[in-house]
Amino acid sequence: MADVVLNAVTRTFGAVTALDQVSLTVPDGGFVVLLGPTGAGKTTVLRMVSGLDRPDAGDIHIGGRRVTDLSPAERNVAMVFQQYSLYPHLTVRENLAFPLKSPILRTPPAEIERKVRQVAETLQIAHKLDNRATALSGGEMQRVSIGRALVRNPAVYLMDEPLSSLDAKLRADLRIELKRIQADTGATFLYVTHDQIEAMTMATRVGVLDEGVLVQVGSPREIYENPVSVYAASRLGQPRINLLPADLFAGAPPAARTIGLRPEQIRQGEGEESVVTRVERLGDQTRLHLDFRSHAIVTVTEPHTPLATGDIVRIRPERPFYFDASGARVP
Amino acid sequence: MSSFSVTEPSPTQKWVAGTLVALYALVALMPLVWIIATGFKSPSDAIAYPPKLLFEPTVEGYVNLFTTQTRATPEALAANPPETWYERIVAENNQTIVGPSRFGERFLNSVIIGFGSTFLSVFLGTFAAYAFSRFKIPLKDDLLFFILSTRMMPPIAVAIPIFLMYRAAGLSDTHAGMILLYTAVNLSLSVWLLKGFIDEIPVEYEEAALIDGYTRFQAFWKVVLPQAATGIASTAIFCLIFAWNEYAFAVLLTSGQAQTAPPFIPTIIGIGGQDWPAVAAGATLFLLPVMVFTILLRKHLLRGITFGAVRK
Repeated sequence: MADVVLNAVTRTFGAVTALDQVSLTVPDGGFVVLLGPTGAGKTTVLRMVSGLDRPDAGDIHIGGRRVTDLSPAERNVAMVFQQYSLYPHLTVRENLAFPLKSPILRTPPAEIERKVRQVAETLQIAHKLDNRATALSGGEMQRVSIGRALVRNPAVYLMDEPLSSLDAKLRADLRIELKRIQADTGATFLYVTHDQIEAMTMATRVGVLDEGVLVQVGSPREIYENPVSVYAASRLGQPRINLLPADLFAGAPPAARTIGLRPEQIRQGEGEESVVTRVERLGDQTRLHLDFRSHAIVTVTEPHTPLATGDIVRIRPERPFYFDASGARVP
Repeated sequence: MSSFSVTEPSPTQKWVAGTLVALYALVALMPLVWIIATGFKSPSDAIAYPPKLLFEPTVEGYVNLFTTQTRATPEALAANPPETWYERIVAENNQTIVGPSRFGERFLNSVIIGFGSTFLSVFLGTFAAYAFSRFKIPLKDDLLFFILSTRMMPPIAVAIPIFLMYRAAGLSDTHAGMILLYTAVNLSLSVWLLKGFIDEIPVEYEEAALIDGYTRFQAFWKVVLPQAATGIASTAIFCLIFAWNEYAFAVLLTSGQAQTAPPFIPTIIGIGGQDWPAVAAGATLFLLPVMVFTILLRKHLLRGITFGAVRK
């Protein structure tokens, strides 16, 4: 395992700047999650590190070695593709064995058999080993594609939304399993997702990408509690942060245009009146949809609240985030 | 993703469809049946009017096809009685066999030139198509158009220049010359067809293989090629059919050593009267290789192996 360093990596596709001076360090044994919506450049970062694509400018180092001009095979990285990319003409077993049989690894057959079986059991696909890769459900395909990365012992695992097409239970299981593998083996992960639960639970560090620019890097907690911009603040938090005109409440700093309120930043029971428009009971929590001076606010309240639609709730901001006209945080 | 609702056809629908297919097969197979049947007729049955649907089969046509004969007087035949079954057949027409005909050689030439040029067209075409499909090539569209343009003129328009060039280059009436010519003509077809097939193979498979520790060539060999098998098989069949049936260039550029079967078969008509059963026998045998080749490759013609393992 090794660390990965991106140094001012820039990549353009025609007129589009996919990555703009991205500098990022994935420490050895670290689990870095890249967050951002579709088109933010997350996958491009993975392609740069894997060697499937080359930067126009900037350098990439893996384990202290400059790999910018090396082929994917020479970089010793494993990657899980968003579209599975299983070899359709091979069985599940052959798919899993494929990287081990590469001219670089040349693993002995007994060793291949052992590793394939082990990974297949971890991912609960042992009973499908002799199936064709095409004769699987979407979730099984995704597990095979994760398995194809896990059979190896690469410098870094690159994962592009690997859990996106799994059902909720399997997703939760695999999230824990991946985290366990990472903790047990000290593997380095660079992981792309737009699922904030994955980011919050697995990441040691989170990088927030906005149209090719890395706007914030930090622990999930730092990003949640101390976002640098409206954009970064919107990446994490469930329900999403409420963004309202800053002058709606008293006490906003002069430069502030927007006030950001996470549920825990809304104190209930004091302050000004708002009307309950909807009560969503989710079991472990209950969401309140409020109408505050014609602005919609979503917050969380105790699970067994007696509140109902039409009730009046007093609210007050508590240590809110303020953002200026460009969306940057105002202290 | 689109969805289809598939309903089991009703017995009536099945019956109608079956009848239509059977009727079409009858029409389509008629010439084939005619040729095969004529090959087993006697010369008089072959030209009988109205045509004989029922006849006494004979292999006389095949014997005539494979042998060179000369007229023999009844006295000579009595002095030298025929020993083998085929000599006896020939003797009934007061003929005697003086040696094998050229059909075997010409047939072998067709095999060498047909399969040789097919192999080369598909081999070179696959690499070219892969490059056109995957790499940034300057003037790609112009090059592809140029390759296609070689196919635009009718063969007869270029026949004379090629004839002169071949004579000057010493390629006239050689196997190498004919293989080269058919490969050149077929390459446009194979590059375009195969590019279409390779374009449809998602590039993600190769990328996965590159990450899995393989070089680009190994990825091509182990991942692209097996998935292109369908396209390669159908391209090979098209190339073979062209090279196998080609007549115009073969007539013009070959006469002896490298002559293929198509220009040879009509010459049978002239040998010893209008021997239609021998011509039909030659045509029947000539049909076989393409038929066998197509049957051998038919499982690759069934599409579907590449569907489903890349999420769209």
